[in-house]
Amino acid sequence: MADESNPTTPPAPAPAAPAERPAGGERPAHGERPARGPRPGGPRGDRKFFRRKKVCKFCVEKIDAINYKDVRLLQQFVAERGKIIPRRLTGVCTPHQRRLTAAIKQARNIALLPFAAR
Amino acid sequence: MQRTYEVMFIVRPDMPEEEVEKLVSTLESNVTSAGGTVKSVERMGKRRLAYVVRKFHEGLYVLLTIEGTGQAIHELERRMRVTEPVIKFLTVRVDEEQKRLAKIKKIRDSKVRRKPESAAAAAGSEPAAVSV
Repeated sequence: MADESNPTTPPAPAPAAPAERPAGGERPAHGERPARGPRPGGPRGDRKFFRRKKVCKFCVEKIDAINYKDVRLLQQFVAERGKIIPRRLTGVCTPHQRRLTAAIKQARNIALLPFAAR
Repeated sequence: MQRTYEVMFIVRPDMPEEEVEKLVSTLESNVTSAGGTVKSVERMGKRRLAYVVRKFHEGLYVLLTIEGTGQAIHELERRMRVTEPVIKFLTVRVDEEQKRLAKIKKIRDSKVRRKPESAAAAAGSEPAAVSV
């Protein structure tokens, strides 16, 4: 929902924030966000501003198992149309993205996630 | 070769409860006769499908955890393919993943056990830094 604009407008300041927003509520890192940088600057826009480093959600929260049954988790990494959100937008590390992709594809196969929405 | 598999399948939603029960138990007996053991059966209830499957918008999800050989799974899949009320199924081999997770957990646990010591050491050095 929040990341609807993500795939279409990568250079906008949107990607940094919405990608993390779904988890934002219960994350400890959320509180220290304003302290680290003045604001999450656009990836290409304000070079002088401190860009918030994207971190891999799975590494930070120590989520070991990426299971196809965990739709809530997988949905955070799927755009509104059902596409898998690329690593450069979500900040997920390569090994985790690999497992994530496999899990999403399994979930699609058993109709837990759409191949293409609408 | 005994392996652990998860077989998730979707039963058409308009099926009465007792028939679903019967269907699941027949599939279970198929597995046991093929030399496998059903470790657990989980009914995940009615769920909306992410896309239309055989003109159904929702389905009853059932998850079986099976220990057995590839032949047992092959036989089960063949049965499910010809069982009309089963509209979709997915088999996932989980033993390797479980092994991997157990390994990670072991490493994590050993780190946690070591942590209190390092925390105590950090606490000991801190007052010294403040006094300087």
